[in-house]
Amino acid sequence: MARVQLVHVAHTRSGDKGDTANVGVIAYDSEHYDLLCSQLTADRVKAHFGSMVRGDVERFELPNLGALNFLLHGALGGGGTMSLMNDAQGKVFSTALLRIEIEVPDEVARAVQGRGRMPADGAMRRSERTP
Amino acid sequence: MSDNGRVVRVASGQGFWGDDLEAPVRQVEGGPIDYLMLDYLAEVTMSIMQKQRARDPNAGYARDFVSLMQRIFPACIKQGVRVVTNAGGVNPRGCAEALAEAGRTAGVAGRAKVGLVTGDDLMDRLDSLLGEGHELRHMETGAPLCEVRERVQSANAYIGAAPIVRALEFGADVIVTGRSTDTALTYGPLMHEFGWAVDDVDQIAAGVVAGHINECGAQSTGGNCMIDWWQVPDLAAVGFPIVEVGADGAFVVTKHHGSGGWVTRASVTEQILYEMGDPTTYITPDVIADFTSIQLDDQGDDRVRVHGITGRARTDFLKVSIAYSAGWKATGTLTYSWPDAAAKAKAADRVLRERLDRLGLRFDEMRTELVGWDSTHGALAGEPPADLPEVQLRVGVRADERASVERFTREIAPLVLTGPPSVTGFAGGRPRVQEIMAYWPALIERSVVEPHLVVDVKEV
Repeated sequence: MARVQLVHVAHTRSGDKGDTANVGVIAYDSEHYDLLCSQLTADRVKAHFGSMVRGDVERFELPNLGALNFLLHGALGGGGTMSLMNDAQGKVFSTALLRIEIEVPDEVARAVQGRGRMPADGAMRRSERTP
Repeated sequence: MSDNGRVVRVASGQGFWGDDLEAPVRQVEGGPIDYLMLDYLAEVTMSIMQKQRARDPNAGYARDFVSLMQRIFPACIKQGVRVVTNAGGVNPRGCAEALAEAGRTAGVAGRAKVGLVTGDDLMDRLDSLLGEGHELRHMETGAPLCEVRERVQSANAYIGAAPIVRALEFGADVIVTGRSTDTALTYGPLMHEFGWAVDDVDQIAAGVVAGHINECGAQSTGGNCMIDWWQVPDLAAVGFPIVEVGADGAFVVTKHHGSGGWVTRASVTEQILYEMGDPTTYITPDVIADFTSIQLDDQGDDRVRVHGITGRARTDFLKVSIAYSAGWKATGTLTYSWPDAAAKAKAADRVLRERLDRLGLRFDEMRTELVGWDSTHGALAGEPPADLPEVQLRVGVRADERASVERFTREIAPLVLTGPPSVTGFAGGRPRVQEIMAYWPALIERSVVEPHLVVDVKEV
């Protein structure tokens, strides 16, 4: 087994509902959905964010989309107009989750190496698109 | 099965108030569409519009929409593109009147009908509703609205598609609503076109998913798309989403040929997850959609087929969006440069806090962030390195009375000459004091709202 950052295994999208941030986590490769399910428990995500999330963390599964959805309650400093945060609406909250490390089989670690980050030759390269 | 094979195209033109002003023009001119939906409202937007209406009774709606229609009204009438929008905000009547005026200026008088939907505004009825026992408890905290009643500035029910369908039946070419549910701007026209009734729950649920994919504009077609973002083509001319929907509810998400961006399984999935709660229970006024039933087939060529969607019968309640005054806030920024940029910013923050303390100022909250280091990832960013080239100190305060926030805004500039060195970035002047309009979501029985909804269709 090896430890890799989530950024190499999944992409994310986040938004807000009041003081709650939602973080959708989508496996780049739907075969890795089960890994996400076993590694990204609500407790682990709550521990990862620490004091950034004052309330509970809820997790929902969307196997049809190879995705998990997390609700992070009390994450936005009161939310919307009340919040003093730069990211008051949690627009990039999900990227903080991409830092978390998950345990994956060695062959998966090799396969996902570099995924999720812009290649050094940037926009010039056209790597494979996820179908 | 007369509808067999027939497809209705609903195009998205605006994902929020402030979105790309050219996008709706591209949608109308770029190829065939049947409907153009324009979503201007978010939780925060209603509060902002409410503030504007408090200053000017003629304001309180998305003025952008009126100038947009002045440009595209003739083309929409000529091509038979019908427009559905919640641009009315907290003043749909004012919006519809300005729209009719814009229509006359654009030369569509006598050839166009404007539909106005009112009745979502509960402000005038609030005390009688509370008196009748509707507590309007906060959906997250459970607190009853009476705790903040005297500070309430606006209250609008999220309404469903029925008034939109009625306005379309009356022949409206452009429909202006207040707090219509975002997704209803897409599934309303579909209910009208295909004659879906309230118990056609799977079809309406499919329309809700189509609406969810449409409601944030280019966020489903390559904008703000995290996956392989460096490869998204021609974002400068990004195509906004178009849903091509059949009578059974199954649809294809696409965009105009030749436009920028992309429509892929991944781009659509990202948008589906945006602002998602419990995916099995996506509640709208007309149906509960199950997002775990969604099946996506990427057909290539910027076409993703969406099908298999199931729904359940609607609830007896509507959500209410309430805005109330909740004090004042301000945010000040200063930029510190290398060497030891972060250490200087933190030292400046300590000086600032000590001065505010000596002035006897008290705040409900005070927050310090280092933009360029920890303002988005918080403690997960760790300790900033000593060789950070620069960092922006961002300090915000919040208080019940305006005076202490006002005084805070006068304590930022002095730091330039009286605090730690290598500081700049104050050209913008003193921070602005903002009144906070906080959001209070609640539920109310639909039976006390829906009989009050009025649809008014008038010739321009």
